[in-house]
Amino acid sequence: MRSLPRSLLIGGALAGVFFLAAALSFVWTPHSVDTLAIASRLQAPSPAHPLGTDHLGRDILSMIMVGARTSIAVAVVAVGMGIALGVPLGLIAAARRGSLIDEVIMRGNDLVFAFPALVIAILITAVFGPSALNAILAIGIFNTPVFARVTRGAALSLWTLDYIRAARVAGKGAARISVEHILPNIANLLIVQGTIQFSLGILAEAGLSYLGLGAQPPTPSWGRMLADAQTMVALAPHMALFPGLAIVLTVLGLNLMGDGLRDLLDPRLRRAR
Amino acid sequence: MSLLAVDDLSLAIHGTPILERVSLALAPGQTLGVVGESGSGKSLTAMAVMGLLPAGARTSGAIRFDGRDLLALPEPEMCRIRGARIGMIFQEPMTALNPVQTIGDQVAETLVIHGAALRHEAARIAADRLARVGLPPDRFPLSRYPHELSGGQRQRVCIAMAVALRPALLIADEPTTALDVTTQAQILALLKSLVTEERMALMLITHDLAVVAGMTDRVAVMREGRVVEEDATGPLFRAMRHPYTRQLFAASDHRPARRPLPAGSPLLEVERASCDYALPRVRLFARRPRFRAVRDVSLSLRTGESLGLVGESGCGKSTLTRAILGLDALAEGAIRLNGAPVGPRMPGSLRAQVQVVFQDPYGSFNPRHRVARLVAEPFHLLPDPPRGAARTRAVAEALEAVGLTAADMAKFPHEFSGGQRQRIAIARALIIRPKLIVLDEAVSALDVSVRARILDLLAGLQARFGLSYLFISHDLGVVRAVTDRVLVMQAGRIVEEGPTERVFDAPEHPYTRALLAATPRIPDHLRPSTGAAHAT
Repeated sequence: MRSLPRSLLIGGALAGVFFLAAALSFVWTPHSVDTLAIASRLQAPSPAHPLGTDHLGRDILSMIMVGARTSIAVAVVAVGMGIALGVPLGLIAAARRGSLIDEVIMRGNDLVFAFPALVIAILITAVFGPSALNAILAIGIFNTPVFARVTRGAALSLWTLDYIRAARVAGKGAARISVEHILPNIANLLIVQGTIQFSLGILAEAGLSYLGLGAQPPTPSWGRMLADAQTMVALAPHMALFPGLAIVLTVLGLNLMGDGLRDLLDPRLRRAR
Repeated sequence: MSLLAVDDLSLAIHGTPILERVSLALAPGQTLGVVGESGSGKSLTAMAVMGLLPAGARTSGAIRFDGRDLLALPEPEMCRIRGARIGMIFQEPMTALNPVQTIGDQVAETLVIHGAALRHEAARIAADRLARVGLPPDRFPLSRYPHELSGGQRQRVCIAMAVALRPALLIADEPTTALDVTTQAQILALLKSLVTEERMALMLITHDLAVVAGMTDRVAVMREGRVVEEDATGPLFRAMRHPYTRQLFAASDHRPARRPLPAGSPLLEVERASCDYALPRVRLFARRPRFRAVRDVSLSLRTGESLGLVGESGCGKSTLTRAILGLDALAEGAIRLNGAPVGPRMPGSLRAQVQVVFQDPYGSFNPRHRVARLVAEPFHLLPDPPRGAARTRAVAEALEAVGLTAADMAKFPHEFSGGQRQRIAIARALIIRPKLIVLDEAVSALDVSVRARILDLLAGLQARFGLSYLFISHDLGVVRAVTDRVLVMQAGRIVEEGPTERVFDAPEHPYTRALLAATPRIPDHLRPSTGAAHAT
């Protein structure tokens, strides 16, 4: 058994902590995040509240645990949407490379790419109203062209290989070849890209919530915790510090994990090690 | 005294022994051929001389060059020798040059790095060296990029880089294997003239005995990390003392025993076929220009016949192959298989009559599927493919027909050698009992001894199943050994056609003559007496 890349272990451990915290929050949090305790507001970290309390007296550790749920859910669904739309589009474009359909798909991609993602997300939430669902939709739309690009690029190089030609000689059509031969051979690339998009999704969700366009109160969210902390930074720096750290560590962990997965799954790097 | 002396060199990489007590010697101005099949250690011997061994390599013995032991030299010292005193040319001219640097800069770089010249002088010397290798600056300015040159021209640039500082030793690792025969002849002639004019020693690494016979003073035959025989070229070829040398010689000339089948009805008919493909757009929104790769080609192939199609790269034989397989549409003309039209929309029942074996035994299989699934893939063409036990039995039969076993079904393609993979590819082509198998350079990537066995297998299968072969190759020797009739293709047209023996013995078209003249062969005075060659 070969050893796992170190970045995968570190990244996996970091991201794993937040996944566990999110899972745990369904059954137990140190304090309730729905009840206000104005009397104990803006407390510094203490044994009762390890990460302190916010301006409404809620326990920040509990908020971060429940907030992880929101971040992860938004990112999972948005990346899933990007894969579900982008991968088939990329496969179609590669199978019909050079045709009108390829042009339409790829130029459509360029169009979405041409807009700053956050601006369009703001537009969507401004039109349809702020909610976690609209945040998912906005982030998902911007994941789609990323996956379409990666899929098409990787699939194109596979289409020139002899085993694809052999499959065509065996009478298999483009759809069947795409599913049977192309998809399994680009899966590793998609997994790596998925991990990186996942971390970007968490960042985007935090950004939207910070602007008040994501999950709505009273649902805790890391981005809104930062927004709430903004005016109190001088009074209670821990209110900004801990949600910020949660975002940084999760994103860092996921990026490291993506790097490690790439090393692990890329056969070219595998041979070199 | 010798310029290069490899003494008892042993090499192990990560504990796996690669070379065992290799000894070679090369005098100034001399040419040494190192011959062997893949895995014989010939390239790693060259890498050891260059000090370019991969990580994890452990060596013992000595490599003395100019009286110094290269194995003991520290890296900065080696850098001064590499490029300046020892030059190297690699097999693949397509990847040996940096695509974003001009050829002038790349040749000049060697000079500047070694402090032999300042930038502006270096450009002048580079122009001079490029002219020496046959790329005069008036036709090939220094500002050309590698992609603007053909494979042969790129190999000339690589040679110019290697000889820019007039090294005492030039190592050429399969310098012509990736090139066409006519280009190969030119490159070999260039190397030969460089050696004589500049008194350079040349270490020529190749798998081809015929190349060595015409080029070298001495020959070393390597096998499994050892030098099995080393002598002056003449005595070595005439005596062939070691059985492996004889075996290699016999395999390179191998002709499978074939019983000519009675010529049947016409199976494949190509009538005035032309194929185009689209080139990249020159301008945005401009129509994509089309390139006519195959022009007005007609041919016919009878049941049980082996037809050869020879030509150099870019002659259109691959494009024609794709059309015959029904993968691409024709621009003009018609292709009929058993009387039915062939094209991208032909029905599965017609497609089932023609199968294909490709050149690259490594790219021919989906690496994630097991052999059973790979071999059974063409069953997709049958309206009612066998299932369960019947399917397993059919796969086992196909594998046994090509000399593998039913137990190989559960393995993945990477568990097999190149020759075995080519057998799997043949099994995949055979499984639905096609009438025609297209062999697209099917033995070109194989070692000579493996190639001989695959050719025997193909001949046996032809007799057993009454197959017809369309044998596409750039290797005239192989085509001569296994086909009844041959077509010669040049620039999209068929320039000569006829029975194989007639075309090879008395070629009519000048192009066929040029091809045959360029093919390296072992001169008659170097051939052993017939008894010795066939003793094995």
